[in-house]
Amino acid sequence: MTDNILEVRDLVKHYPIKSGMFGRVVGRVRAVDGVSFSIPRGSTMGLVGESGCGKTTVGKTILRLTDKTSGSVTFDGKEIFNLSKSEMRSLRPRIQIIFQDPYSSLSPRLPVSEIIGEAVKEHHIVPDAELDDYITQVMRACGLQPYHKDRYPHEFSGGQRQRICIARALALKPDFIVCDEPVSALDVSIQAQIINLLSDLQKQFGMAYLFISHDLSVVEHISDAVGVMYLGTMVEYASKRELFKKPLHPYTRALFSAIPMPDPTVRMDRILLKGSIPSPANPPSGCKFHTRCPNCMEICKTVDPEPRDFGGHTVACHLYDHGTP
Amino acid sequence: MRKENKNANYISARESRKISRDNRRVTDQLEKRLNRQHVPESEYLCQMRDPKNVVEFDRLSTSFFTDIGVVKAVNGVSFDVPQGKTVGVVGESGCGKSVTSLSLMQLLQRPQGQITGGEIRLNLGDKAIDVAKTPSYVMQHVRGNSVAMIFQEPMTSLNPIFRIGDQVDEVIQLHTSLDKDAVKKRTLEALEMVGIASADRVYSMFPHELSGGMRQRVMIAMALSCSPRLIIADEPTTALDVTIQAQILDLLRNLKDKINASIMLITHDLGVIAEMADYVVVMYAGRVVEKGTAKEVFLSPAHPYTVGLMASKPVINREVERLFSIPGSVPNPINMPDYCFFRDRCDQRFDRCAGPYPCEVQLTATHKVCCWLHEGAKGGEAK
Repeated sequence: MTDNILEVRDLVKHYPIKSGMFGRVVGRVRAVDGVSFSIPRGSTMGLVGESGCGKTTVGKTILRLTDKTSGSVTFDGKEIFNLSKSEMRSLRPRIQIIFQDPYSSLSPRLPVSEIIGEAVKEHHIVPDAELDDYITQVMRACGLQPYHKDRYPHEFSGGQRQRICIARALALKPDFIVCDEPVSALDVSIQAQIINLLSDLQKQFGMAYLFISHDLSVVEHISDAVGVMYLGTMVEYASKRELFKKPLHPYTRALFSAIPMPDPTVRMDRILLKGSIPSPANPPSGCKFHTRCPNCMEICKTVDPEPRDFGGHTVACHLYDHGTP
Repeated sequence: MRKENKNANYISARESRKISRDNRRVTDQLEKRLNRQHVPESEYLCQMRDPKNVVEFDRLSTSFFTDIGVVKAVNGVSFDVPQGKTVGVVGESGCGKSVTSLSLMQLLQRPQGQITGGEIRLNLGDKAIDVAKTPSYVMQHVRGNSVAMIFQEPMTSLNPIFRIGDQVDEVIQLHTSLDKDAVKKRTLEALEMVGIASADRVYSMFPHELSGGMRQRVMIAMALSCSPRLIIADEPTTALDVTIQAQILDLLRNLKDKINASIMLITHDLGVIAEMADYVVVMYAGRVVEKGTAKEVFLSPAHPYTVGLMASKPVINREVERLFSIPGSVPNPINMPDYCFFRDRCDQRFDRCAGPYPCEVQLTATHKVCCWLHEGAKGGEAK
């Protein structure tokens, strides 16, 4: 229990759909519908899925940026939704987030030293006299030069901006960082720089990451454990090696086979999924994947499969109702 | 340190005014040429070097005349697109791959963006035209008819206030002389061809009622509605999920064979290129650094940039401790160095690289590379 920095149990987040003059609730968007996982200290968990599957909502709810509907999020032994405002505030520096778009997540009016230093000052991470040196040190660790301090975000390229975002998160000495698609907006060669930086920093400072991405190859590279989400539920959860060697859920398999390989001699047997992801406001009955599943059975249309654990490899699919795969 | 850096990027208002005045002089002249009416055909007709090619880019240069200087977005790019083949153009953002395709369509942001040199020979079947010299009114008939384009963002490239059917109809009406019913019939056929099951229903829908994948299918239907000889797909799947990407790529591949068109596929995803392309062109900072068949470029990459690009992409089931990363970033496009543009980021640079920009070296009949490392290699000879 204690060696997990974060534990998420049956997390549910529904957004109400309001309509009419009095804001009557006419429906609910089931953004996250029962997700459980835990992240050990200093390790990385990857979260993959298509857009609209609720992976960003999971990240936001963990940070208590939005309220949960039900379930629990335990950070370092404390249930974060039971904390008072001041307790939450003292916890904030320990959980940080890096956003997807480095163009819109930095204030255009603040110089870099302010962007990085603002929260450091606020939370008294270092004495005021050492603040400047501390910022220099953090910027060095993230591959930025000290003379960048007085510049504004528009003077930087996308890769450098993402470094600023990382420096901002790192400056608070966090134990846990949510990386919400940190490299999706970057070029391939810059992507590699940022991924290397993230793993170097993890070795140096021992933070845990929740790495949210739709790019399976990036997730495979950086993660220790991987969860696959579909329409608000986690359909498969296993260690990286296990998952990539032996994907069990039909959705995971389809996702793997859909990745184009950078090798013209390889021709993969592609599992083409039909249609697109259904609306989370009106999810299908039974297994949520049954409308697109190539192995759909009768039972899938009515009964929602329970997650089953096969020695650390959890999968929610009726194919494995009778014994091990 | 900081002062120096500031000075390098700083220009006074006076300098800026002078630059924009000079720019206007150049662009006005070029604009005048393009906007002429009743130009004799002989002025822009040309001969294809190889009649089997649909397009031949020949030392194409495209510049943007901005108020802080001239940006050579495309700097002497040459490659061919053969009939019925897929050519993949790959490179990082800002390397000029989109500008190359926009030059071919004459869709550059004018008057700042102008083709300043070279030829783009476009094969129209019975004749060939040089797009660089073709006046705008002629291009109007070529665009959408012989060459069609699929854009990256299916969300922004459809008009939100017109129904899908009307938007596809418009393309067909512009380029054919069919009557209203025949146009609608052809639209429905096009929608069915791209795998939209209920074409009737989609015909009267608005773009916001469709998902990203469906919108991209509509875009493809629109591009194919006049049976073009060449389809330019500019990052057609970048905004889509992997499972939808697989659907769209599959669709493009099948359709290409069905209507015997060529595809010029522009993307930064090496995986997509490997899967789709017959020929690959690698661009860096406005120049072609390497080109060849997909097998040649992927299995024996010659240019250090291509090698680095491939090594920096994580691949499923290939475990590496650390990803290779190309240090630094692309040089400032306004003041390009006179040596190899990649030199400052290259891990294999040597004395020779300080010299002029390397010429194209032929490694095999189809595989060409611009790098001093391969000078005189494998019996090839520098041009």
